[in-house]
Amino acid sequence: MNPLQNHFREMTRRRFLGTTALTLGLPALHSLLGRSALAATAPVATSAPHGLAGLPHFPAKAKRVIYMMQTGGPSHVDLFDDKPELRRRLGQDIPDSVLGGLRLTTMTANQKSKPCLPATFGGSQRGKSGMWVSDLLPHTAGIVDDLCFIRSMHGDQINHAPAVTQAMTGHNLPGRPAIGAWLTYGLGTETENLPGVVVLTSRDQEASCGQFFYDFYWGAGFLPGKYQGVPFREAGDPVLFLSNPDGMDRASRRQLLDGLSGLNQLAQDHYGDPEIATRTAQYEMAFQMQMSVPELADISGESQSTLDLYGPDVKRKGSYAYNCLMARRLVERGTRYVQLMHAGWDQHGNLPTQLPTQCRDTDQASAALVQDLKARGLLDDTLVIWGGEFGRTPFVQGDFNNPKAHGRDHHPRAFTMWLAGGGVKPGTIYGASDEFAYHAVKDPVHVHDLQATLLHLCGIDHTRLTYRYQGRDFRLTDVHGEIVKGILA
Amino acid sequence: MAASLAFFSTRRSRRWLPPSVAVALFAFAPQLAAAPVDYARDVRPILSNNCFTCHGQDPSHRKAKMRLDTAEGQADSGVIIAGKPAESELILRINSTDADEQMPPADSNKTLSPAQKDTLRRWIGEGAKFAEHWAFTAARRPELPAAGAGWARNPMDRFIAATHDARKLKPAPETPAGTLARRAALDLTGLPLSPAELDAFIADTAPGAYERLVDRLLASPRYGEHQAMAWLDLARYADTNGYQMDGYRMNWPWRDWVVRMFNANQPYDQFTTEQLAGDLLPNPTRDQLVATAFNRNHMLNAEGGSIAEENRTKNVLDRVETAATAFLGLTLQCAQCHDHKFDPLTQRDFYSMFAIFNQLSEPGNVNKRFMKKPYSDLYDDLYMVESPYLLLDTPETKSALEQATAARVAADKAFDAGKGEFHPAFVAWVEEMRAQPALIEERIKDELDRRAVSTAKLENLKDGNTQRLLTIFLVRPEYANAAGLKGAAEGAKAAEDLATSRIPHVMIMRDDKPRQSFVLQRGNYETPGDPVEPGVPASLPPLPPGTKADRLALARWLVAPDHPLFARVTVNRFWQQLFGRGIVKSPEDFGLQSELPSHPELLDWLAVEFRESGWDVKRLLRLMVTSATYRQAAVTTPELIASDPGNVYLARGTRYRLDSRALRDQALSISGLLVEQLGGFPVMPYQPEGIWENMSFGKNRYFQGEGADLHRRSLYTFWRRSVAPASFFDVSARQTCSVKLMRTSTPLHALTTLNDPTYVEAARVWAAKLLSAPASADDARLRTAFRTATARVPNPAELAQLQRTLGQSRTHFTAQPADAAKLIQAGAAPATSGLDSREHAAWMSLCLLLLNLDETLSR
Repeated sequence: MNPLQNHFREMTRRRFLGTTALTLGLPALHSLLGRSALAATAPVATSAPHGLAGLPHFPAKAKRVIYMMQTGGPSHVDLFDDKPELRRRLGQDIPDSVLGGLRLTTMTANQKSKPCLPATFGGSQRGKSGMWVSDLLPHTAGIVDDLCFIRSMHGDQINHAPAVTQAMTGHNLPGRPAIGAWLTYGLGTETENLPGVVVLTSRDQEASCGQFFYDFYWGAGFLPGKYQGVPFREAGDPVLFLSNPDGMDRASRRQLLDGLSGLNQLAQDHYGDPEIATRTAQYEMAFQMQMSVPELADISGESQSTLDLYGPDVKRKGSYAYNCLMARRLVERGTRYVQLMHAGWDQHGNLPTQLPTQCRDTDQASAALVQDLKARGLLDDTLVIWGGEFGRTPFVQGDFNNPKAHGRDHHPRAFTMWLAGGGVKPGTIYGASDEFAYHAVKDPVHVHDLQATLLHLCGIDHTRLTYRYQGRDFRLTDVHGEIVKGILA
Repeated sequence: MAASLAFFSTRRSRRWLPPSVAVALFAFAPQLAAAPVDYARDVRPILSNNCFTCHGQDPSHRKAKMRLDTAEGQADSGVIIAGKPAESELILRINSTDADEQMPPADSNKTLSPAQKDTLRRWIGEGAKFAEHWAFTAARRPELPAAGAGWARNPMDRFIAATHDARKLKPAPETPAGTLARRAALDLTGLPLSPAELDAFIADTAPGAYERLVDRLLASPRYGEHQAMAWLDLARYADTNGYQMDGYRMNWPWRDWVVRMFNANQPYDQFTTEQLAGDLLPNPTRDQLVATAFNRNHMLNAEGGSIAEENRTKNVLDRVETAATAFLGLTLQCAQCHDHKFDPLTQRDFYSMFAIFNQLSEPGNVNKRFMKKPYSDLYDDLYMVESPYLLLDTPETKSALEQATAARVAADKAFDAGKGEFHPAFVAWVEEMRAQPALIEERIKDELDRRAVSTAKLENLKDGNTQRLLTIFLVRPEYANAAGLKGAAEGAKAAEDLATSRIPHVMIMRDDKPRQSFVLQRGNYETPGDPVEPGVPASLPPLPPGTKADRLALARWLVAPDHPLFARVTVNRFWQQLFGRGIVKSPEDFGLQSELPSHPELLDWLAVEFRESGWDVKRLLRLMVTSATYRQAAVTTPELIASDPGNVYLARGTRYRLDSRALRDQALSISGLLVEQLGGFPVMPYQPEGIWENMSFGKNRYFQGEGADLHRRSLYTFWRRSVAPASFFDVSARQTCSVKLMRTSTPLHALTTLNDPTYVEAARVWAAKLLSAPASADDARLRTAFRTATARVPNPAELAQLQRTLGQSRTHFTAQPADAAKLIQAGAAPATSGLDSREHAAWMSLCLLLLNLDETLSR
């Protein structure tokens, strides 16, 4: 990556835009803009951010990524990591040698006993891979041979916000660019009518969960603001301020914009500042976006069988299932990175009731998205990731003798995630935790390793995608990250 | 040679390059102009970027025990033989193609260009002279260059002219008066001139008219508000705590202090000292205590399960980072986990500064919580502040709180006195559930209430969990009396909270808990290493002997005449504010990795001038905006763009989009909606529904204000850290110190300024104002409107375009009267009576266009 080269590339593009507008005149610019919105073939006026020269570093397996972030911390112990030793020791304190004096949150650090609690909902080994999946996740269980499970994930943070921040930005404190910002900074986007990075949020239906979604989970950090994720909203306009004011229809807006471009063109003639043409182009893109976003959100063209695949919730705006379908529609239309954020996995004292609810809300649609992408031939070059910011303790939080109020505390030392598509080996079980599901022991995969692998699959050497800020070359993986070769197809 | 041997011994397989190959490589080096190599300008950037990571100041990452960042290190390295590049191993290594030998090594992802290699070769050839990094030696007032005759208006211009001459650039002509006035008004006050102010300025043809305008702008209270906005970004000011819960705080009196100090032109050394250490001044005033909230504007974590000492440590780390960025322009935070890779800053330096900020009694958990109903009686919100804090009470609010507290204590006592009536039965009721958990579900509905069964401290009636259970228990008819007393106690508590919330609790500094600080290994609070004493970085000038190293000493050290960074860093930020780019491009980093200043001598001249003026900010800004440099027209050509794409050398006026907060203020000002009221509680203007609710799952609600609250300056908009105000874009996140400007252009910005009710309402009100003016023809109105937005009269082509668009708009709304009627409903500002709605809508559309004109959005 050569910043100077990139700068000149940018300059050339802008100048071309500027001079094109000058030489072709305004109507020609308009038609170019209009056409490029329909067919992305027009060479100029492509205002979607370009990637960096020299990227991808090598051919990409994944052209786009859907990260289904399950915030709160899904219980790996109950869902994926069945341990006979925990069953044997049901109710007995987990040995101190396992806890190792490592820190726990203040919610359980002073809890006198830490009794073992194995997977509580039953489950079985499934598919050719023989991956053990909880009975709470029948749909996921049905596609295990399309998935690659990592049972040796680990991170450093024991509280939600820092852990989610680390998973999404590579660092536990706010202010670093999120994965989507890095991807679009490096690779650019493939659509100019939709944002390159879209964030879709949902929560458990009973709203039992206290997790908030902060905008630094999808921020651009020190990268230019245009790489920041755009959250689609459940109510009102999906994109802020998308709709014209009441009483201003599309024809009237067109008149306004025509007048605006006319006057901006005159200003451009006077000042010679190429930024003016860039701005005019952004207004035209905004006009296009006013069409393409509602088109995106209109699911009336989806077949009944597709809708059925995602489950009954799919028509409810803002539900997890609806967001999964949106994710597919977005990547189909060229969005580079979709960050689904689902909150509700934080079962400190309601595991018996809330975990099944969470699974019910998310299982079918998660699996449906993989199946739907596969059926459309999109899975091959779309990377799908499912997982939380950490797992949950294999010991009970709360009173062991009160099973209805059983909970589990945050646990970053071992947890499970799965990946699919985009260059990942399907039907794989990678890594393992110890016999208590407490520590990642075999082939441990740190959050940074997963991030390095994600970039690798997108054709990016994570050590070479850097940005100079405060005198230092920053990168998503900081100074860490090893590619998890064992999961590559 | 010993060091050189060590260099080899660590990479045993690396071999000498045959001299013939080395010579052959040199033969292909490009022949460059023979200007002597300047170490600081040409060499250090190459070494810093490519070598210092392993051969720099951090011993833990140092390879081959060799360092190249100091004169001594270079001399000891043995790889540089002054005057003899061909014999210098450094040169052989950088030219090697052997993977085992080449420097930088392949796995560093760093490569030297042929030009860089040639620079290093020439540097050694010319004697390998070393020079300290410019920013670490004190600024001296340089000689004024003999340049700019006939153009320069003040000494500053002569430095700019000297660079023009050197680069064969010609300055642009002066920009027209109206445009210049608008530029100065927006830069100094953040608001455009009103048409009347503009008329008065244009009518003043006497010499010095522009200077008089500048003086009027600097005297306007709006000036302080505008300066405060940038300072709030730097000081990561917000109205909530961030993290989970993101509770409210009440540090806004500090924001008002900043506005007042800028308006009063408080000398900048004092401004800095009071914020860093107002509490340590003799007999500090209330204001001086409030000033120290600067150090407490960081985020506060109140997440359940978080560890107090970790939170507290993060607070202190943030204070150090903010002070270092704001006052030193150094990335000291890079030395939090290990010695700095590039700059002469050690981890010990970092924790010495840490120790300075680590002497207060903050517990690391918010320890004062209360509810508040500031804007309406519809809702409560949880305020969470952390001690030490200062109560900014008045006799009235103080006595109201005392009375409310007395009433609450009495109500608590009354409830407590009746404890015998219900407590034994209550305890038995809970114990039953504890013994038979099945009963819990039967008796209790709510999830959190259920959890309280196991955790409630039953003897303590004030325990939150006990209170939850009591509320459920006491509904039985036989406990009506107790329930009534409990209700009264709760009511009294709410009244007390409300009285509490009328008194701003400003979190301030107070060195009331002396602590031993330690080097935290890897920056982790759990692994303290060696103890450290408070102090300043060892590579910078020392504190005066015998000084107690506290915040006051730190502040006095910064503003001392020989400090190499403080004045330069400060003038650079003001320069960036006016010219769009700092003389040092990275206002946050003046270290070895920063680009060299575009005008090093000018920077030093300004720094010295500023200091010697008594740190007079208004004088400094006046100097800049009255310069010939500033007055240039922002007209450019492809040739100029090609020769100076970023306008670094200022041979034309700078032109860039206004900050989004200023855009909103401008729209309010143009339309006449702006409410010019200084200070006070933050306000909640228009924001689309559901933004706070969405991110917090309904737990935080946004209660849009009404009346004046909708039209106050952006400075006063309530800033929630977890989600910034929706009308703003490209702004600091207000999470950590931010001094860098962001200026991007995306379709989402266009959607905001076209569709955000703020702008739509402004267009509506502005159009009504135009139409309500005494009857005049379209052309006159169009001219007025265009001039209000841009401070110039439209040319014939522009006027023709405006007429065309107005005509189309008129035709459209005449045919769509229902749409017209809807459009002019925009916003909560009172409707203007007596206007034809179709005509009003047509003009409103035109006004919205004008608010979005590139020229209106830019300055």
